[in-house]
Amino acid sequence: MGRGRFAPYLMVLPAGLWLLAFFLIPLSFMISLSLQTGNLIDGFQQTLHWRNYTEGLNTYGETFARSLWYGFLATVACIVLGYPAAYWIAFRAGHRQSTYLLLILLPYFVSFVLRTVAWRQVLSDHGPLLGPLRDHGLVPEGFRVLDTGFAVVSGLAYNFLPFMVLPIYVALRRIDPRTVEAARDLYAGRAQAFGRVVLPLSLPGVFAGAILTFVPASADFVTAEVLGGPGDTMIGNVIRAEYFESGAYPVASALSFTLTAILLVAIFGYARTLGTRNVLEAAR
Amino acid sequence: MGAAALDGDRRCAVRRRDVLRLAGAGLVLAACGVEGRGERVGGDEFWAGKTRNGRLRWANWPGYMQDDRATIKAFEGDSGIDVTYREIIQEMGPWFGKIQAPLAAEQSIGFDLMVMTNGIHLERCRRLGYLAPLDHGRLKNFAAHAGAEFKDPSYDPGNEFTVPYQAGITGIAYNTRYVDEEITSISQLFDPRYKGRVGMMSDTQELGNFGMFLLGIDPEKSTRADWERAAGKLRAQRDSGIVRKYYEQNYVDAVSKGDVWLTMAWSGDVYSLTSPDVRFVVPEEGGTIWTDNLCVPVTAENPVDALALMDWLYVPEHNAPLTEFVNYITPVPDVRDIVARHAARATGEERADLTRLSESPLVFPSESDMARLRHYRRFSQEEAAVYQKIFQAVVRGA
Amino acid sequence: MTRPLTGPRVRRRVDALHVYTLLLIGWLLLPIAVMVLFGFNDVQGKQNVRWEGFTLKWYAHLFDRSDLTRALVTSLAIALASTAVTTVLGTCAGLALARHRFRGRRAADLLLFMAIACPELVMGASLLSMFVTIGVPRGPLTILAAHVMFSIAFVTVTVRARAIGLDPAVGEAARDLGAGPWTRFRLVTLPMIRPGVAAGALLAFVLSVDDFVVTSFTGGATVTFPLWVYGSTRTGTPPQVNVMGTLIFAAGALIAIGSARRTFRRAGRPDDRGDT
Repeated sequence: MGRGRFAPYLMVLPAGLWLLAFFLIPLSFMISLSLQTGNLIDGFQQTLHWRNYTEGLNTYGETFARSLWYGFLATVACIVLGYPAAYWIAFRAGHRQSTYLLLILLPYFVSFVLRTVAWRQVLSDHGPLLGPLRDHGLVPEGFRVLDTGFAVVSGLAYNFLPFMVLPIYVALRRIDPRTVEAARDLYAGRAQAFGRVVLPLSLPGVFAGAILTFVPASADFVTAEVLGGPGDTMIGNVIRAEYFESGAYPVASALSFTLTAILLVAIFGYARTLGTRNVLEAAR
Repeated sequence: MGAAALDGDRRCAVRRRDVLRLAGAGLVLAACGVEGRGERVGGDEFWAGKTRNGRLRWANWPGYMQDDRATIKAFEGDSGIDVTYREIIQEMGPWFGKIQAPLAAEQSIGFDLMVMTNGIHLERCRRLGYLAPLDHGRLKNFAAHAGAEFKDPSYDPGNEFTVPYQAGITGIAYNTRYVDEEITSISQLFDPRYKGRVGMMSDTQELGNFGMFLLGIDPEKSTRADWERAAGKLRAQRDSGIVRKYYEQNYVDAVSKGDVWLTMAWSGDVYSLTSPDVRFVVPEEGGTIWTDNLCVPVTAENPVDALALMDWLYVPEHNAPLTEFVNYITPVPDVRDIVARHAARATGEERADLTRLSESPLVFPSESDMARLRHYRRFSQEEAAVYQKIFQAVVRGA
Repeated sequence: MTRPLTGPRVRRRVDALHVYTLLLIGWLLLPIAVMVLFGFNDVQGKQNVRWEGFTLKWYAHLFDRSDLTRALVTSLAIALASTAVTTVLGTCAGLALARHRFRGRRAADLLLFMAIACPELVMGASLLSMFVTIGVPRGPLTILAAHVMFSIAFVTVTVRARAIGLDPAVGEAARDLGAGPWTRFRLVTLPMIRPGVAAGALLAFVLSVDDFVVTSFTGGATVTFPLWVYGSTRTGTPPQVNVMGTLIFAAGALIAIGSARRTFRRAGRPDDRGDT
């Protein structure tokens, strides 16, 4: 069976090599670059200096904190907004389940950039939402949504909502209705049946959704750039600018790697305690 | 549904060994540094043996050419050179980031001609030897028709590497529907009563210049201490909530909708706005004039064709239709008379538009206007790094 | 027959959660509606921000902006190439992971998990670091490499999920009948996993066409549709962008609805546990 033994390796090999060459190895280039010093004109030399890290953190520590905070808020918003809908679709939508799931996914056929730009138009001070309210004096003169932290967090929640709804839905679908029936038969009220049975059983979905929302939301830069004001800069914006505007590759790499490290702690912490299964399933 | 998809490996414990092995292999590969490049090419050496190839690839900013590409078609007809035109430059920083790697490796960037604003990145390109020295023997129309203030600029003495494409003024635009006083001064951008209604630019040179104007400093003669003081003022303006956002060019949309009431602005943008509510002023403290320049990357495959286009554009009759569309300041002053002549021949709305254009101080500034304008400062490599760091921190909220 | 979770008493009155779900969908569709609407806007100047009257002219002049058209074509070409490569690589890997137990499977799982969970910014930044260090000029090929990289995990997982439920006896029967490995794959395995492969391919295509972050790091001077749109926000996004967005949206919606219907018809019911 010589051939048979090697067949799976041969089949996995091309994909594995691709990921190795364009995912794992680049990460190590990033680490290497983050320890170099120099400038674009004279080139960069490997000096194994930590200065890029200390300097980056000193200048942008607050920005890191803000990114994680916005990512966290967006994740909470996604749970609050997404759970009831996932619940309704999983248990009460009947034969229209796939239709509703499709309706929730439909907006995401439009390019991420286009959607975010469209939000600028919607949220504008005199736009379709606030314009009429303002004309009737229903909001104070100085009130605005666009270019605020609120707009950034809502934009993030908007953009990553399906990553929350789908895993919760999958988890809820996995619950055997008989367990709920059993709870009801034992005289649990509706709220009790939900709180003691459904909610705990759906938590793996919530956690999977949380990791799938929190990680990309904290690292996002498009939303903050399009919808945020001067006080809403996220670390993604800084990293992008350091690469492209300043050409300060080592500093940019150091900031990216710091972000990677922080998120890796979250990701691996998650994988260790809950396993990779829920995330991989939700990704399908 | 495949709920059992991953049964059997429910817990995927982290295998440090696997990860480390992969990462280790990568680190060995990644140990080398990034090479820089510093030498320059001499003019004669560069042009020796170069001939016209009948092809030209031109990278420009969006909105810098008629939608129907009339000017390019006219040039193609006159010269027989086939032009590939791309509007792919959107910001100087990212553009520099894109061309830096191929130019450093002495590879073609896919273009023979590009338009760069005088500023930190153009200066970098000059110093890095990324630009071809121009052969002025083939730029007779430039010599004959370029305005005096466009020749021999401080950022490129002797027009060694660049000739201007269009120029513009940085000033203040305000929406008269919301602002009921007259805006004349940069200090009004710092007025707390416009809290959350002021737009500033994210470009560090533009932003820094306005900070310095407020303090009465001429940016061209500024020092590091001046930059820090200016940054302090700008930071205070930001932290007190006056600044709504640091814009690239999208302030145009914001000021015409009324999201911001007053904002730093570029003359041509405001001129081409159809909204009658938005007005543009050159503040009394000063405004800046900047120039977008035609230049040839040193690795261009068709540099002679690029020179042909540069020179062709300096014929006033060729330049006029472009200016009529772009609405920025043309480096060819004779265009004004041609626009006026076009206006005299036109009728109705078109006549009104062309007359307004030929009379506009934004497109054809008077000498006294020009005297009030300041130029961008030139930086050494070290100065640029310090300057960037100071003002980027302001824009990035740090 | 399973009992619905809520009694019939609750069903008759207005279901608050149903209303909520509809509101949520409305919120999700709001910016799309704005985008579609402004594709019909009769704009005069460069700014498509205020409603100036209805027109169909942007549909007629859809390809007037040659740069925009080129960006769209570039996007589609890269997406097709990326989908083709990803589907082949991902299907092989997915099948192997579903059918065989071998050393390194857990490492493979971890790698897939990381590739899915890793933020795009980090992928883009590290690829750029690598390209800058070894001096690779960035262009369509580097974009392609990156797109295949971030889509592989999704296709692998999708195909594996489909293949893992297959009965190995079918393949064995085919072998007993003398079918070689390639024939077995083509005539037996592929038809069975086709829905998984198709779903994976669709996902890979969408991920590639929509990608902004990774492309902006790996693209060099190449401009794709999302990059063009992003850049155009500086000077005013032309209505053609809205029209293209609308058409892409419509095409995506039709494909999705079509495939949902086909599954529906084939299965005879929407899913395994719908309480119909």
